[in-house]
Amino acid sequence: MTITLIFLAAIMATVIGWLLKQTLNTQPWMASAADDAVSGRSLDTHSKTIALTTFLAVATSLFALFISAYTMRMHMADWSPLTEPNMLWINTGLLVLASIAYQLTRNAAVAAKQSFLKPGLAISGLFTLLFLGGQLLAWQGLYASGHYMTSNPANAFFYLLTAVHGLHILGGLYVWARSTIKVWTGAEADSVRLSIELCTVYWHYLLLVWLVLFGLLLST
Amino acid sequence: MAYVAIADRDHEIEHHDPDTFITKYIWSQDHKVIAIQYSLIAIFVGLIALGLSVMMRLQLGFPNDFSFITPEHYYQFVTMHGMIMVIYLLTALFLGGFGNYLIPLMCGSRDMVFPYMNMLSVWVYLLSVIILLASFFVPGGSTGAGWTLYPPQAIAAGTPGVDWGILLMLLSLAVFIVAFTMGGLNYVTTVLQARCKGMTLMRMPLSVWGIFTATVLGLLAFPALLVSAIMMILDKTVMSSFFMPAALIAGEQSSHTGGSPVLFQHLFWFFGHPEVYIVALPAFGIVSDVLATHARKNIFGYRMMVWAILAIGGLSFIVWAHHMYVSGMNPYFGFFFATTTLIIAVPTALKVYNWVLTLWQGNIHLRVPMLFAIGFIFTFIHGGLTGIFLGNVVVDLPLSDTYFVVAHFHMVMGVSPVLVVFAAIYHWFPKITGKMFDERLGRWHFWLTFLGTYSIYLPMHYLGFLGVPRRYFAMGDPSFMPESAHSLNTAITVSAIIVAMTQILFFVNIIKSLRSGEKAGPNPWGATSLEWLTPDTPPKHGNWGHHLPEVHRWAYDYSVPGYPDDFIPQTVPADKAPSGRDHGVKH
Repeated sequence: MTITLIFLAAIMATVIGWLLKQTLNTQPWMASAADDAVSGRSLDTHSKTIALTTFLAVATSLFALFISAYTMRMHMADWSPLTEPNMLWINTGLLVLASIAYQLTRNAAVAAKQSFLKPGLAISGLFTLLFLGGQLLAWQGLYASGHYMTSNPANAFFYLLTAVHGLHILGGLYVWARSTIKVWTGAEADSVRLSIELCTVYWHYLLLVWLVLFGLLLST
Repeated sequence: MAYVAIADRDHEIEHHDPDTFITKYIWSQDHKVIAIQYSLIAIFVGLIALGLSVMMRLQLGFPNDFSFITPEHYYQFVTMHGMIMVIYLLTALFLGGFGNYLIPLMCGSRDMVFPYMNMLSVWVYLLSVIILLASFFVPGGSTGAGWTLYPPQAIAAGTPGVDWGILLMLLSLAVFIVAFTMGGLNYVTTVLQARCKGMTLMRMPLSVWGIFTATVLGLLAFPALLVSAIMMILDKTVMSSFFMPAALIAGEQSSHTGGSPVLFQHLFWFFGHPEVYIVALPAFGIVSDVLATHARKNIFGYRMMVWAILAIGGLSFIVWAHHMYVSGMNPYFGFFFATTTLIIAVPTALKVYNWVLTLWQGNIHLRVPMLFAIGFIFTFIHGGLTGIFLGNVVVDLPLSDTYFVVAHFHMVMGVSPVLVVFAAIYHWFPKITGKMFDERLGRWHFWLTFLGTYSIYLPMHYLGFLGVPRRYFAMGDPSFMPESAHSLNTAITVSAIIVAMTQILFFVNIIKSLRSGEKAGPNPWGATSLEWLTPDTPPKHGNWGHHLPEVHRWAYDYSVPGYPDDFIPQTVPADKAPSGRDHGVKH
């Protein structure tokens, strides 16, 4: 559980530290013209950005707990390490490309370069779908060579971790599909900008999670 | 930057003016309607869980007199009672119910920031409840694994509901977590971003602080339950061995190998302990507001109360293994978790002192909500103190799995939060419905419930000291149980039935008051916080009419000298009324 605790300590330190900063030097029972003028928004950013950030904290908690479970289970006698299929290197490359493509699309959306949006979104989505396809192929390869979920906990964790990561990507693709449909039906860059910006953050996040998971799988 | 309230900015808030019956009451995106939907569903399942507890008590008080309660049924009742009460009643009611109702009103917003997601949240919650209740009707019935669902027995042959019940339970939990996450993102974002002008974080009523912090805890802790549910579903369906060790089950070697049941316990309690505070923190916040309002006095040590809530929230993540002392652990671990458990008692005790000091020299009005709030202080101190017993390894070991534990957690997170739920319902009933409740019925309801629950749980401590084990279907006639313990069990059952029947008074009161209750004014208690200042009672869609309120003071300006009323609403500017400190009132 050390990993989860480190993650939680970090997140709690951030949240509580930030809250304490807001609360330390106040005397709410005193009249305060400065307080009267406060806008009631704590952060100068869009609500959806805050919701996404909060969701990423939730997802991080989930992945950290899976990793904790992995490292605890790993030390039991029946664990025999899995040799990860080489396919995963290609998949990692695909996900990196998807992330880069999304970043470029985002830059185009911010700069209101309308013509970039369609190809940008299409390429980002394509690489992401290829990544998911690659993961499925990796599964199939493992399955064909007799690495079942039941045969070893290392295998079971491999299927589980990749599946959970893949499901998060599918969730992202739902939002991707919505903005893509909007752009194809003629929406202005401005109306999809926020959605594309948030998706970019989400894609980078899932890339990071994948790198951590892949590193963990390779090193054990 | 010129000030624009978030709720007034069209591009950030979706329009959802209800115009038909369906959009107004069923597929509603209004936080108040969603709050009531959440509450009704939660109270409905809560009543089922109450019924289950009566069945358990019937068996314990009058062993073998009721042939329809088989040992299998008994374990199913225990399991479903526990899970429903903790998750589907208390968590849903405090966060989905009160959180939804109070956050926008107390913060001065028109609605939650994401109303559509809020609506999805309540319907997904309903789905989780339906899945859970469906498990009563599948072959083999609901799971009987105990609410902690420990493997291996949760999915080993011989446990009731091992075929379908356990799967539906785990699935329902997973669905509930999705619902909670959608709601939780809303509560956090709304508190952070949609407060009205002048509402600094430190001017928020403590109810909002409690609900907000509990939501953060929930968002970070529920994933642990999700992880354990997913892994257990896999152990059950595809025969993986995350948690399941090699075992002889019903005389046959199972195909599982080498899994770790203790791993499940770590994951479960990593969720399970913060869960206690997910229920407790909103109760702490709400009770603070009820006490201050009905004692006509500012809450004692407001800032300390906020910091205590935050400290409890942080600490609640590093005490989980005190639920596992008997599972076997490194003694240093036990020492660590016993220490953190004692440390978390410090901010908690601080809150109790502050509640008592709020009452000190207050102008106490013993109205029904206040009765329940003061009752909470009693039961909470009681349950808190026995918690200090159980937090210590050496005391926990002999008391573990006895009725002492049952008494402890029912006092601290059963009776106490439920008393706050009633305090809150009576307190906000006039605002929610526009009608007053029947004071006399309310008092009967309080005294019967309060004294009744004491007569249930106080004797259980004694049974625990005797060594009477919990979870047993029948005690038999062991030598350590004197005859008096058996008759005590019967007495407890009688009390339990009385307390359960007493709740009818509550529903009679609600229905009677809804039909023919006296019309309540907008602010019957003379409270200061924003929800009492809405132009309409009950508040209409959008809450505030044309203009959002502007806040000029904290929520606790009660009995300020030099002001004709004994309360100053949060919207009254500093030049129209003094603040407490101006007149040398000590805080």
